[in-house]
Amino acid sequence: MIPPSFDYHAPASVAEALKLLGSLGSDAKLLAGGHSLLPMMKLRFAQPAHLIDLNRIEALRGIREEGAEIVIGAMTVENDLLDSRLLQQKVPLLPEVVSQIADPQVRNRGTIGGDIAHGDAANDHPAVAIALDATLVLEGPKGRRSVKADGFYHGMYATELAEDEILCEIRVPAFAPRTGYAYAKLKRKTGDWAAAAAAVVMRMAGDKVESVRIGLTNAAATPLRATDAEQALVGKALSDATIADAAARAMSICEPAEDLRGDAEYKTAMTGVMLRRALERAAARCR
Amino acid sequence: MSKKLISLTVNGRKVETAVEPRTLLVHLLREDLSLTGTHIGCETSHCGACTVDMDGRSVKSCTVLAVQCEGSDVRTVEGLASGGVLHAVQEGFYKEHGLQCGFCTPGMLMRAQRFLVENPNPTEEQVRAGMSGNLCRCTGYQNIVKAVLYAAEKLRDKQEAAA
Repeated sequence: MIPPSFDYHAPASVAEALKLLGSLGSDAKLLAGGHSLLPMMKLRFAQPAHLIDLNRIEALRGIREEGAEIVIGAMTVENDLLDSRLLQQKVPLLPEVVSQIADPQVRNRGTIGGDIAHGDAANDHPAVAIALDATLVLEGPKGRRSVKADGFYHGMYATELAEDEILCEIRVPAFAPRTGYAYAKLKRKTGDWAAAAAAVVMRMAGDKVESVRIGLTNAAATPLRATDAEQALVGKALSDATIADAAARAMSICEPAEDLRGDAEYKTAMTGVMLRRALERAAARCR
Repeated sequence: MSKKLISLTVNGRKVETAVEPRTLLVHLLREDLSLTGTHIGCETSHCGACTVDMDGRSVKSCTVLAVQCEGSDVRTVEGLASGGVLHAVQEGFYKEHGLQCGFCTPGMLMRAQRFLVENPNPTEEQVRAGMSGNLCRCTGYQNIVKAVLYAAEKLRDKQEAAA
């Protein structure tokens, strides 16, 4: 399988990429790791006349600490997240997530920014970014703007990213000591998308939940934040009953699409199971 | 669409050629350079039969454009053996019967050799995780894992002998 013909551009800076994006308009697609876009082009689901490859823009790669935030360049590949000492120390949820994404070869090309900006709710980073309260830095012809990951997703493949903008950075608050976290993902096999998955970031005060954020993967047309479940947990001790209540609230907002991985009822039930497991693992890590 | 001139290194040999932007790395290797050791399996980055090294990292060459390899160092299964001596992973697959039909083998070998650079002393579980991007439709995984462990030991012995 060979993709349809296109013209290829490899800018060396964000400014150059934005200029190309401005002049080529909707005929152009940005190329990050290519592990969603190139297969889609081979299958003729996408036929852009121009590809703007972001792989030569060094400024978009790397992970650094800036005050209380960890700043991740959008073109940082998954394996670099996995191996990052800084993330292991400050945002250990991310390496835990990445170890469950695709396989070693794909993780050498696939990028966090591509995963987030593609707008596919089956990808893992979107729901995780919501749970992490990540801020996405978008750059367009008029400069930079910051948007929260929670609110970035409008629908299937529809995001807040405008046609003339590029996702440049993902800014994540560093975890305070004793922050609990977990990503529980059910998949049929290595490399598959989630049949259901839940991301949890949590803090406890004594034996009560002080704060919690919950993101759900592949449970609807967009990644979901389970706000009701979060609110039901805050101020309460974790017990079988409170966890079951939170899982039920999370399941009530699920509208998964039926596919090879199961029907809507099964995926919804499994989302509840994944959330329960993630809450239990996160709670254990709060200590 | 107009062709792009690219220059890269393949198995240590400098290559300069013109490619259409839509040409995939695996097609450049097989069709333009006649390096047919790299196989095309699923074509959608799942099976790993097309695995090669690109700048010291394993990639699936069906999902990398040839134009993206400008300036890159690419290594394929043809570059594994040197001076008529099999690479340790090739010897391992031979000794441990790590192949049946052989279709997945070039990708397995290329991933195995890179994995053993990343982790020279792996556990069996780590081998399985490290090789998880390569599928064998004969389901010969048991012997593939043994072959990689054989190669790991062989490479460690070689390193100790050199030290």
